[in-house]
Amino acid sequence: MTTLPPPIPAAPAASSSSRHALVTALRSPLGIVASLLLVTLILLATFGPVIWGETAKVADLTQLSMAPSAAHPLGTDAGGRDVLARLLSATRISVVTAVLATAIGVTLGVLLGLLPTVAPNWVARVVNSILGVALAFPSLLLAIVVSIIVGVGVVSVTLAIGLAMAPAYARLAQTLGASAAGRDYVDAARVLGVSRFRILTRHVLPNVRDPLIVNASIGAGTALVASTGLSFLGLGVQAPDYDWGRMLNESLDGIFVNAAPTLGLSAAIVFAGVTFALVGETLARAFGLNRSPRRQRRRRGASNDEVAPLHVVDDPVLRVRDLQVRVPRGDGWADPVRGVSFDVGRGEIVGVVGESGSGKSLTCMAVAALLEEPIEVAASTVQFEGTELTAGGRVSSRISSAGVAHQLGARMAFVLQDPATSLNPALHVGTQVAEVGLLHGGLDRKSAHRRAVDRLDAVRIPDAAQRAQAYPHEFSGGMRQRAMIAMGLMGEPALLIADEPTTALDVTVQREVMSLLAEVNEVKGTALLFVSHDIALVSSFCTRVLVMYRGAIVEDLTAADLAAGRARHPYTRALVEAIPHLEAEPGTAFATIAEDAEFPTEPVGSRS
Amino acid sequence: MTELVLEDVRVRYGSGSSAHDAVKGVSLTVASGRTVGLVGESGSGKSTIARAIVGLHEPHAGRILVDGTDVVRAHGRTAVLRRDVQMIFQDASSSLDPRMNVGASIAEALEVRRPDLKDVKARRAEVARLLEVVELDPARVGDLPSQLSGGQRQRVAIARALAAAPRVLLADEITSALDVSVQGTVLNLLRKVQQELDLTVLFISHNLAVVRQLCEEVAVMKNGLLVESGPTTRVIDAPEHPYTRELVRAVPRLGVPLAETPLSRSGDPR
Amino acid sequence: MTTTLPRTDALATVRGRRARSSRGGAIGAFLLRRVIRLLWSVVALVTVVFLMVRMIPGDPVRNALGTNATAAIVEARRESLGLNDPLWQQYLSFWKGLLTGNLGESFSLHLPVTTILEQRLPATLELAFLSLATVLVVSIPLGIVIAALTRGGRRPGLDVAYTSVSGLVAVIPEFVIGVALVYLFAVQTTLLPVAGREGPNSYVLPVLALSIGLIAGVSRIVRVEALTVFSQDYIRTARAKRMSRRRLYLNHALPNLVTPALTVGGLVLGSLVAGTVLVETIFSWPGLGLTIVDAVRSKDFPLAQGIVLVYGLIVLVANLLIDFVLVCLDPRSTLKDA
Repeated sequence: MTTLPPPIPAAPAASSSSRHALVTALRSPLGIVASLLLVTLILLATFGPVIWGETAKVADLTQLSMAPSAAHPLGTDAGGRDVLARLLSATRISVVTAVLATAIGVTLGVLLGLLPTVAPNWVARVVNSILGVALAFPSLLLAIVVSIIVGVGVVSVTLAIGLAMAPAYARLAQTLGASAAGRDYVDAARVLGVSRFRILTRHVLPNVRDPLIVNASIGAGTALVASTGLSFLGLGVQAPDYDWGRMLNESLDGIFVNAAPTLGLSAAIVFAGVTFALVGETLARAFGLNRSPRRQRRRRGASNDEVAPLHVVDDPVLRVRDLQVRVPRGDGWADPVRGVSFDVGRGEIVGVVGESGSGKSLTCMAVAALLEEPIEVAASTVQFEGTELTAGGRVSSRISSAGVAHQLGARMAFVLQDPATSLNPALHVGTQVAEVGLLHGGLDRKSAHRRAVDRLDAVRIPDAAQRAQAYPHEFSGGMRQRAMIAMGLMGEPALLIADEPTTALDVTVQREVMSLLAEVNEVKGTALLFVSHDIALVSSFCTRVLVMYRGAIVEDLTAADLAAGRARHPYTRALVEAIPHLEAEPGTAFATIAEDAEFPTEPVGSRS
Repeated sequence: MTELVLEDVRVRYGSGSSAHDAVKGVSLTVASGRTVGLVGESGSGKSTIARAIVGLHEPHAGRILVDGTDVVRAHGRTAVLRRDVQMIFQDASSSLDPRMNVGASIAEALEVRRPDLKDVKARRAEVARLLEVVELDPARVGDLPSQLSGGQRQRVAIARALAAAPRVLLADEITSALDVSVQGTVLNLLRKVQQELDLTVLFISHNLAVVRQLCEEVAVMKNGLLVESGPTTRVIDAPEHPYTRELVRAVPRLGVPLAETPLSRSGDPR
Repeated sequence: MTTTLPRTDALATVRGRRARSSRGGAIGAFLLRRVIRLLWSVVALVTVVFLMVRMIPGDPVRNALGTNATAAIVEARRESLGLNDPLWQQYLSFWKGLLTGNLGESFSLHLPVTTILEQRLPATLELAFLSLATVLVVSIPLGIVIAALTRGGRRPGLDVAYTSVSGLVAVIPEFVIGVALVYLFAVQTTLLPVAGREGPNSYVLPVLALSIGLIAGVSRIVRVEALTVFSQDYIRTARAKRMSRRRLYLNHALPNLVTPALTVGGLVLGSLVAGTVLVETIFSWPGLGLTIVDAVRSKDFPLAQGIVLVYGLIVLVANLLIDFVLVCLDPRSTLKDA
């Protein structure tokens, strides 16, 4: 039987109203179809034998194996009985077997899977090793083993399939339970002193319940297919009883004479399987386990708001005017960046500060043309070293010309936020650094590699030649960030965009990485666009600071002015007040910004 | 008035050949009613110590004394005593069960630790009172964590910890996941609660400026060991141990250019 | 907002050094652990098979010989099969028989079980591994391509079409597909043979029947994995290097997809082996599947027992091979262990 292991779903989202989600899911096209199919199936299963049972028994010996006709839409079988009537009355036994087997499998599986959490350790180990072996064993074979022991017949098939499904559900329950048990809120409950049993029922089971229900409904489909398969093999329902599997086997013998029963039965089996699968999928959407496909949104035209820059630079390395970033949210769009204009001069170190939701990271990714669909980036101009990156008012992540690609690849460098995930875990660090030389430096493999080792050494990674052969997970966080800088130094970067490069690093490591960046700026004349939430860090490192609030730049001032308290915008002033600093009077209250405080989003007046 | 004492605590992760000691013998006293800071970088073992104190990961050697009673591997009455030490976790979006609303999360603590509150009404009243203490709108009692901001969630976490009637409070990086603008509110709240209830507080953080302003004493950890401790102003303004000096010097200060020092040729410092 | 990313792992450097200097040694150690686990699984398998027969209610010998056999004959047979010995003794002689290649004699076919297994096993193995290869070779590229075409909400029409069709096909059991193929190629046309194992053409339909449903299912999983990989930070870093789409997919995404794909392959293997039982029945394929059904129906327990053992061993060994390939390819997996 074609059984794939039940998929492990992502952590379920806690919706504010699960009933609302259920109703939405039911109203979707998928939900409607699934409900209709399910109702049909249930009706057939309940009333099938009642309506067609008698007709199914009628054996007309003058009409053996007849082709389809008005009286017998699917023809008759070898015993002269109407195939369609038999098919419809067999619905009940097929469905009931499937549902019962699933119930057995899920119950047994969940008990076995969650048992180790409340039982002593040795019990857990024994159960786990048994499960490990059972899982490696194909479930159909397990079912056959049970048939050998219990004998053939519908009861044994139900039992067999139920037992065969249990290990998979045990493993699923275990995985779900373990992931729930590993959450901080379970730790919090333990610290409170909540009993183990209460933790299980209150915190673990609810998180296990939803994915389990989804898998169970898909599993019912699998069970139906499995029981049909076993009956097909002759191990299930025995004569004179019949189900779809047995009928399918019989129909094969007569397929050359009358193929209709075979086709009809196949359709019936698929129908039932699809019903269970669709019900499962609908439930998954209702529980928030699968994302519903996004509906097409109308694209808004680019708005014409012009935002004047607060500070203009001659011959800038980067010039941005009226940048807007739109992301899809719910049924519409949101504007995390709402009109940003600024310049970065050659060799300047420009800091961008803001809190979460200010749009600072998106701004940098947008000007670097790294944002892809479905995010939309619009601007009247984004120029990098004179090269225009916008086309038709938009910035696309597809670079049209090879020349522009080379320029960006060799002259724009990056250090991104999370060192743990910025490097490809499957490739050597040296290869990833060398690639820039291969792509844009016109170097061959050997020379690119040599230069990569040289760059790694330049960023002070010890044993650079050896380390180049290592994988990223063998590097510490600080070293990975240096490797990113080395990647940028393969060319002659005019601009280095650093997006929170040291947030995930210890403060002592941060200092080393910052010194390295300062050196790059001094020695190579590379301009830096440095994004951070740490105002103290930005003021100590940058020459000029842009302050972002709710998607707009509200102030553009020198670091000296910022440090000296000469900021003019209320938001900037409030932020500076709120940073804890080492010269504060111990024991005094911390400066706060009220959570519902609203600051003006208009920028403070510009300087020339 | 409760004193928390750690005596040569050692905490080990893993077993056999892959075992490693995250805490290698730490002795520390948090005097009754005082706020003591514990600072260190990654791998220092400060979070491990917190988890050991509340029993999430037992030390394999050493004693942890709550008012003179050793609570390591506690049973029975000692276990109840151990629950007088409560913890506020770093990220409230994961330390609050996303399926339980604010009132339910706080009530869970009351169920376990306040048997004197006999019925639902009494508990509900106490929940309302606690929400006021943490300056949250009592109308939010039915909200789910996802409907609150980061600062509000952390305040619920504090309310839950208080609902357990603790005498000692561990704050494990409680503001690291919050925006700067919100941190002050939470920190002021912690101080207010500490003063009003005369709690003994162990404040774990990597942010030296916050610790200096909030804590009376501070202990500095590195690689599982305590390298320096003492009154906060002395340790931070005039550090004696080279590591503490390094740490203090590395803190960015507003307007002060990053210090020029010859950089070591190393992968990372030390 | 200050994110709660894990701070630098100072241990990574130390671990890295240790791992690199003895990567070969680490693989060797892993392999050893894995083989030991395999041996335990084999012991468990053999024990289960042994007990399985002993749990048959009633007298299996009488069941096999039928109600007409006299008590004397039944008793003689039981004696010769050692069924009157204490259980532990039977267990030991079972092992002895296994290790010397003696699995008893089939009640229904009157041949040594090992002979029957030797004759029929190759056919099943061929079918199973041909189908596995087909499934992997088709579904992995398919899943990746669909993911690349539909990521980020592109081409929603294709997304819906693929999801619906693959979802539908994945649900269709292989015996229904087999039956449909028989209908097409026996009744409608006679282009391909629908029975027996003679000539390369005869392989086509059985392999198709086994593979189609799994291709749909596996490609869905590969697509989900590929979408996850595409959304990773390191792909953004790669895009920042401004390379061609092709290079991005082949050099950066694909290496991270090999491991999940192989893992799925391992899981699929179990279903494949089980599916051969059904497909062999439909296409009269002379393998173990046909044999075991008859053996169960005629209560030929030595034969049934032998076949179940062989199936179990195939799955266990194949999983070991896949684990081994995985560990050679994935530089990080030696650090993990079950």
